[in-house]
Amino acid sequence: MLAPSRWRLISVLAALVFGVLFTLPNLLPASVRDSLPPFFPRQTLNLGLDLQGGSYLKLSVDTRALRVEKTTNLIEDIRTILRAEDIEFSDLGQVGQDVTVRVSDPARANEALNLLRSRLGGDVATGGAGLELSAQPDQRIRLRFSEQALNAEASRAVDQSIEIIRRRIDALGTREPAIQRQGFDQIVVQAPGESDPERLKSIIGQTAKLTFQMVDDSVPVAEALQGRAPPGSVILPSQDEGPMLLKKRAVVTGEMLTEASQGFDGQTGQPVVNFRFNGQGATRFGEVTANNIGKRFAIVLDGKIISAPVIQSAIMGGSGQISGNFTAETANDLAVLLRAGALPAPLTVEQQNTVGAELGADAVRAGAISMAIGAVLMFAFILLAYGLFGVFAALALVLNVLLLIGIMSMTQATLTFPGIAGIILTMAVAVDANVLIYERVRDEAHLGRSPLQALEHGYERALVSIFDANVTSAIAAIIMFMFGAGAVRGFAWTLLIGVLTSVFTAVVVTQLLIGWWYRTRKPKTLPIV
Amino acid sequence: MRWPLITNLPRVFNLDFVRYAPVAAVISSILIAISFGSLAIRGLNFGIDFVGGALIEVETAKPIDVGGLRRVLTEAGGEDAQVQGLGQGNGAILRFRVPENADLNASTQQVKDALQKAFPGIEIRRAETVGGKVSGELARSGAIALAIAMLLMLFYIWFRFQLQFGLGAVAAILHDVILTMGILSLTQLEVSMTSIAALLTVIGYSMNEKVITFDRLRENLRKYKTTPLRDIINRSENERLSRNLITGTTAIIALSGALFFGGPVLFPLVFTMVFGVIVGTYSSIYVALPIILLWGVRRDDDEPAPLRSANLPQR
Repeated sequence: MLAPSRWRLISVLAALVFGVLFTLPNLLPASVRDSLPPFFPRQTLNLGLDLQGGSYLKLSVDTRALRVEKTTNLIEDIRTILRAEDIEFSDLGQVGQDVTVRVSDPARANEALNLLRSRLGGDVATGGAGLELSAQPDQRIRLRFSEQALNAEASRAVDQSIEIIRRRIDALGTREPAIQRQGFDQIVVQAPGESDPERLKSIIGQTAKLTFQMVDDSVPVAEALQGRAPPGSVILPSQDEGPMLLKKRAVVTGEMLTEASQGFDGQTGQPVVNFRFNGQGATRFGEVTANNIGKRFAIVLDGKIISAPVIQSAIMGGSGQISGNFTAETANDLAVLLRAGALPAPLTVEQQNTVGAELGADAVRAGAISMAIGAVLMFAFILLAYGLFGVFAALALVLNVLLLIGIMSMTQATLTFPGIAGIILTMAVAVDANVLIYERVRDEAHLGRSPLQALEHGYERALVSIFDANVTSAIAAIIMFMFGAGAVRGFAWTLLIGVLTSVFTAVVVTQLLIGWWYRTRKPKTLPIV
Repeated sequence: MRWPLITNLPRVFNLDFVRYAPVAAVISSILIAISFGSLAIRGLNFGIDFVGGALIEVETAKPIDVGGLRRVLTEAGGEDAQVQGLGQGNGAILRFRVPENADLNASTQQVKDALQKAFPGIEIRRAETVGGKVSGELARSGAIALAIAMLLMLFYIWFRFQLQFGLGAVAAILHDVILTMGILSLTQLEVSMTSIAALLTVIGYSMNEKVITFDRLRENLRKYKTTPLRDIINRSENERLSRNLITGTTAIIALSGALFFGGPVLFPLVFTMVFGVIVGTYSSIYVALPIILLWGVRRDDDEPAPLRSANLPQR
């Protein structure tokens, strides 16, 4: 076991080179780091928000709103489909989680069911809506979204939201934001540095759902407000002129926009948002405007009417502008939001932390100083306790720290405050591995074995304990990483890397050093016996 | 004294560990009763990570007026307002909750504005808000992680040793967790997400101790097939004592720097860890082993550990 081994020497030297190379950037000033030749690693430790300051937002995707919207659309689809086939119906609406409709003519109930099934049915996997349709007594048809379809939809909404948030934040130019999914319906946004959390929140939190809807003038608004709104229409508040009655169906939606930018109106000089539709949107918009000249349509953003112009002529080109009491900044923000796309569902802010960078610096200093003090005391103690063998253990520990920081820098794992404590504990457990080995060696020596035999047996026997102990630590770390959140995860990752590096250094490095010492000195007794 | 110091320690001690097990059982029971009592009466001082609410850290040029801060806080709508002075007396941490139906973020902004109006030049260094929904989730995810980690460790020990070893370990770790929560309750240290990390470390360290303990026990069980279990436990613990002294001291020394110089943010975490090192060492000897002693072990287990032949490099 102590015989010279080439792979052991090579692996330790490789670890040393790796550790130094990847730890070094942390000690160099940024200017030196940037002038390094391209093959040099230049990543530094990725400090958590608690260490470097910044904003932390935890948002949850409102999947309930998503469900409401899906149900509303379904009701409108049913209405359109049945009307197109001249099937009379009544009682179309939501009952609990379901949508039901009653077909007036009993003879056509079956036909209606089959029609709806062929148009709306189909499994999610095959691109259908995942609707379960069933015939109920009294010529009723019940439609229900399968649990699977709702979950798939919600999951997709979270993914989309993450993508859209990323686009929006990138447009703001925030430095290296981290956007992660957490659990089923939560999103964590971390923006380091001196960012304004309120601006961040306003740009992330807005759904930015843009629709163009026709104004319904079949009933006066005052009458509709008293509860006599025609089915298929809805009352929405407007920015400038009180509530208005609109058709529920959107003619064109924000997804059909290809361009949006802030500009100024040619005549009034007011800030406006210029936009352009894609082919489908342009066609739809062209058709609708051609058929409704003289009527009004409304531009609706997040359930609020921004403006409701009268259609003067068919708008065929596919481009237009939104005006509505903007300042240059709000028009610009809206353009950014429209370009990035609408969130599929509203987001609610669950948690918001702002950590001043100054406090972060204090925290880093306190952590670094206290860790250095702990390390110095620990080195002193093992040197006193084990003499020369203590020096070997201490050298292994230094390499352990280099490897740990090197790997953390390379993988860009986040070092948090608890992570620092995790590192301290990792060091203690690494020392424990050496203590176990040395105590075993002492056992063997006391049994009357020669130094060489004592060393070899000691290492071999201690390895069993070290293996079991570190596997349990690794299990704990992996579980923490999988199920924990935030601080716990950072801590677990540090611990896991620490388990790997400390087994390697505590066993392999000291083995190499002691083997080399034994061959050069040929000692008759061991210093620790 | 000779140098290195280790040479002063006899290789094998000759203490009757098992003799004190009944005494230890009484002590452990009393400590557990105190812990439960304190948890029932005083409870834990949950931070906003768990109960929801807002935390604002401020700094002023002049010495801070704690009473004034509390008054402004309450007037601006903060419930349960707590003000804690910091450092040289120029800083303070404000904690408060808002009424159930109020918007937490808006209320926090309101408090910030009120503070800036009442104390011109006040610097807000940190502001955190946690909604009630998140806090429930944090507690749940912490508890789930805890339960799963314990269960997996039980299975691992069962697989590597025997079932009663695993159950002894889990009982000992529960003992450690209860005492740790008891000390958190007695000292009223703030319990945050970080405390969960500390608690999991206590468990990890404790489990490490159990495995090392069992490993020596298993080895001696194979070596001395007819010796009574009680004597084997005593022998194993005497053989392990020097390792326990060195490792325990090293761990506490390593943490002592952060304990005394880590500042108020690091203190609760490190304090919990130091406590865990002490309790974890104790419970290996006086909770896990007595359970195994009372239960008994299988003595026909003479297969070599699979690791020996398979994974170790041959000499």
